[in-house]
Amino acid sequence: MRFQQIDQFAAELKADTRASVYQSTKTTHEKRTKLLFDQFTDPNRLREIAGEIKQHAIENLDTYLPQVEAKLQAAGAQVHWASTAESACETVLRIMRARGATKMVKAKTMVSEEIELAHFLEKHGCEALETDLGEFIIQIDHDHPSHIVRPIIHKNRREIAQSFEREGLGAYNDDPGTITRRARHFLRHKYLAADVGLTGANFVSAESGRMVIVTNEGNSRFCLAATKCHIALIGIEKIVPRDRDLGLLLNLLGRSGTAQDLTVYTEFIGGPKSAAQPDGPEEMHVIFVDNGRTEVLASDCRDILRCIRCGACLNVCPVYRQASGHAYRSVYPGPVGAVLSPLLAGEKFPSLADLPKASSLCGACHEVCPVNIPIPDLLLRLRNKAKEEGVPSPGTPPMGAWALLATQPTVWKASLFGGKLMNHLPTKMIPVPALQAWADKRELPRWRGGEFRKWMKERKSRAGL
Amino acid sequence: MSTEREAIFSRIRGALAPLHERAPLPQYDAEISVMRGMIAGRDLAELLAERMKRVGSIALTDVAALVAHLREGKWLRGYVDPALWPGLAPHFGADFTVEQTFDRTRVDDYAFGITRASGAIAESGTIILNDATTSRRLGSLAPWVHVAVVERATIFSDVTQAVAALGDDRNVVWCTGPSKTADVEGILIEGVHGPGVQIALIV
Repeated sequence: MRFQQIDQFAAELKADTRASVYQSTKTTHEKRTKLLFDQFTDPNRLREIAGEIKQHAIENLDTYLPQVEAKLQAAGAQVHWASTAESACETVLRIMRARGATKMVKAKTMVSEEIELAHFLEKHGCEALETDLGEFIIQIDHDHPSHIVRPIIHKNRREIAQSFEREGLGAYNDDPGTITRRARHFLRHKYLAADVGLTGANFVSAESGRMVIVTNEGNSRFCLAATKCHIALIGIEKIVPRDRDLGLLLNLLGRSGTAQDLTVYTEFIGGPKSAAQPDGPEEMHVIFVDNGRTEVLASDCRDILRCIRCGACLNVCPVYRQASGHAYRSVYPGPVGAVLSPLLAGEKFPSLADLPKASSLCGACHEVCPVNIPIPDLLLRLRNKAKEEGVPSPGTPPMGAWALLATQPTVWKASLFGGKLMNHLPTKMIPVPALQAWADKRELPRWRGGEFRKWMKERKSRAGL
Repeated sequence: MSTEREAIFSRIRGALAPLHERAPLPQYDAEISVMRGMIAGRDLAELLAERMKRVGSIALTDVAALVAHLREGKWLRGYVDPALWPGLAPHFGADFTVEQTFDRTRVDDYAFGITRASGAIAESGTIILNDATTSRRLGSLAPWVHVAVVERATIFSDVTQAVAALGDDRNVVWCTGPSKTADVEGILIEGVHGPGVQIALIV
């Protein structure tokens, strides 16, 4: 194989998909920047503090998780712990079976994608219906999301209209308003008929045990208004220390993700419904999921656990914009995925070890991250990990000759002189495939090797050294 | 079950043990994420109305205007919180059909739902619902039009203040605009699962 897998995917991406991914990520990124800098005098300071809050939280999970557990239990929720994807899925199934439940409505949760919950439940005779419009379309198409907050960024309205027609949701109509209205009518009856509502959580406050769920569509709110049992599936890293930290983080989340001051629905859920409220879950289960997170915590890449899944790094990333999400072959695409996915893959790390290499280390992801994660540093650490573990790197030219040149001053000087030949030699004749591919559409600048040494020599002689 | 818990905690402790020191909890002035320049000196009800408009919501200050708006949209049948109805009834004409209970088997019959808000946030144009104040979660969510009755005195200036006042209600929901999506080609569509029209009646 000549290319890394991610390059292969990027090369095969349809031109119109690439164009629409590029356009919408660019627009969102520009709006985000304008909003933050128009509204706050020092948005970078906000990111730094938010990063410090989350870093503190993940480095003190041993203190905060038991606090959250106690608060939730006191509020009448049942708390479960799941080490692996399998155990998280089984816990959900056990809760459903204990209630005799077969129908679940799901709000979007990345953890449920990670543990492939919907497939698991379907295999065991339960319906697990996605209610976020994008995720619903992904589900009926047996596709995968390609963006953290915009799951169907890779699809156009014609494809969606065809899927709706195929699923019996009305005659072909590709008007986005009509598509949305049809989903509304179909899904609201599903909510009302469901036994269980499943959500994730964006944050959980250790101080109050309260979880925060944000959506724009209101699907999570509908899950928690129509069903009698709420299951929340939460990664152990979602903790924040205090309620007051939620204000800062919410102010950053909406602006970073979708360029909104706040997402439309921001729910603060502290337990099952109160006795006087007729609607909503009487029973609440919170499942804290590890699934590889404690390994990340033990690694030198633990900073990635600060991530609040806003998608800003995807939107700004020149690689994501060209490759789109499926090229990352995992639940988390983009720069955050290039760090998180190989780490969460555990033993399958080598199969995703190309992701950290798909970066020019331009640093844009770090600059926009609302929790200030130094993604380029983490990418370098993972490149190093792949090297140390001897993971093959197809498409990378051998560096042995370079190493020889760079360590022997005499050879180096000779090569600088030899490099002048490049000005007279057609690039096509140089037998390095990567260079040929590059030079196919570009011209090399004229060789100027040795100029620095010449300058340095003259400088020294002028100074009389 | 408890063994899984133990296993996770033991891995967490193992992961954190080698850290010489742990990242400290930053102390910061909550003011840093408040748009104070925009809020300072403003009447909060006015600012709320302005900011609600920005997110696609509507703010009204008298019942007659609300009734006219509902009539204009042909939203003539709906659910009203029984605690609010006595005050509202004189303004609604005979062309309206109002129910004070919400029958979930006829969810599509309700064009509007009028419930009480527990507060609002001027800075972000948000209305706040909670279990104690909002008579029915479904009544504030399923109808196409949701009207939240907001008392002037309950308007917070900013998000930070509203977080500080979350209280002990186990279900607090901030609604900032009508339910919306941009999933299909990035085109904004309102009214996905929740209301397509979000109104605050400020009293």
